[in-house]
Amino acid sequence: MSIEEKVIEIIVEQLDVTREECVPEASFIEDLGADSLDLVELIMAMEENFGVEIADEELQKIRTIQDAINFIKKKKGLAS
Amino acid sequence: MPSRERVEKMNLKGKVALITGGSRGIGRAVSIRLAGEGAFVFVNYARNEEAARETLRLIGEAGGEGQIVRFDVADTKAATEAIAGLIREKGRIDILVNNAGESRDGLLVRMKEQDWDRVIDTNLKGTFNGCRAVSYAMMKQRSGRIINVSSVVAQSGNAGQANYSASKAGIIGLTKSLARELAPRGICVNAVAPGLITTDMTSAMTEEQREKVLEEIPLSRLGTPDDVAGVVLFLASDEAGYITGQVIGVNGGLYM
Repeated sequence: MSIEEKVIEIIVEQLDVTREECVPEASFIEDLGADSLDLVELIMAMEENFGVEIADEELQKIRTIQDAINFIKKKKGLAS
Repeated sequence: MPSRERVEKMNLKGKVALITGGSRGIGRAVSIRLAGEGAFVFVNYARNEEAARETLRLIGEAGGEGQIVRFDVADTKAATEAIAGLIREKGRIDILVNNAGESRDGLLVRMKEQDWDRVIDTNLKGTFNGCRAVSYAMMKQRSGRIINVSSVVAQSGNAGQANYSASKAGIIGLTKSLARELAPRGICVNAVAPGLITTDMTSAMTEEQREKVLEEIPLSRLGTPDDVAGVVLFLASDEAGYITGQVIGVNGGLYM
């Protein structure tokens, strides 16, 4: 499974949204209806699944699905 | 007579609980009570293994099941790792009772920094450590109960207990904030505030001090660990599903 697919799978499960809603430019808060607790849960699920640590400062920059994918790729040492 | 349904609702069968400081006093009574209602109880202790084993034996006598687990709640790394380990082992955590506490009494004017720090570390930071270690698992479960043991002196103050009462008042603020944070996930966070309870911690009182304090207690007796355990059981049960962010005094009317 690619990082994109895995990230979207986690989002679908955590935020209870459909795969179709998970377009790259979708914003977690505005488009997918996440609140602050959802975001924390999502980030913790990604940390768990990808074995990375996401600092609070970095969290501020992750607004959309593409941001999350880029971030995980960068953390994993893969160019986006 | 309580209806059958009511009795059933206190049932904790299938639930996993962790009681910090479960080897003695209030923690022991809570451990036995929750295990007696069917919860699997992890009995945490920091030093006194013999006492923890005795709690486990009493759990067995009550027809319950449990396991002892050693860590110092004030040691963030050790506590976090140990709690993560037991959540992995059982695959869930339903009830956390942050009960571990200690006191180092003395008038503030002569209080040593170490005595301030140690009491704050064990009582307040220890409660934070426990709460943080279970929150994510409870969030994922969409359920859970956290019960923090505060004290009447958090509300009333007590000469000679500036450190202890500050730590216990801190627990109330922590409880209310966390109750707000976790409410959207169906997790209830409450505090109990025991008054004078007959434990090792209060046995140091002189007869004279005891007499004097009894005059202040409308129910005119000291409390027992079981008095507190009953309230903790209630807060952990399905009966208390609409209670969060509260401080329940268990003090015989000493503070109202």
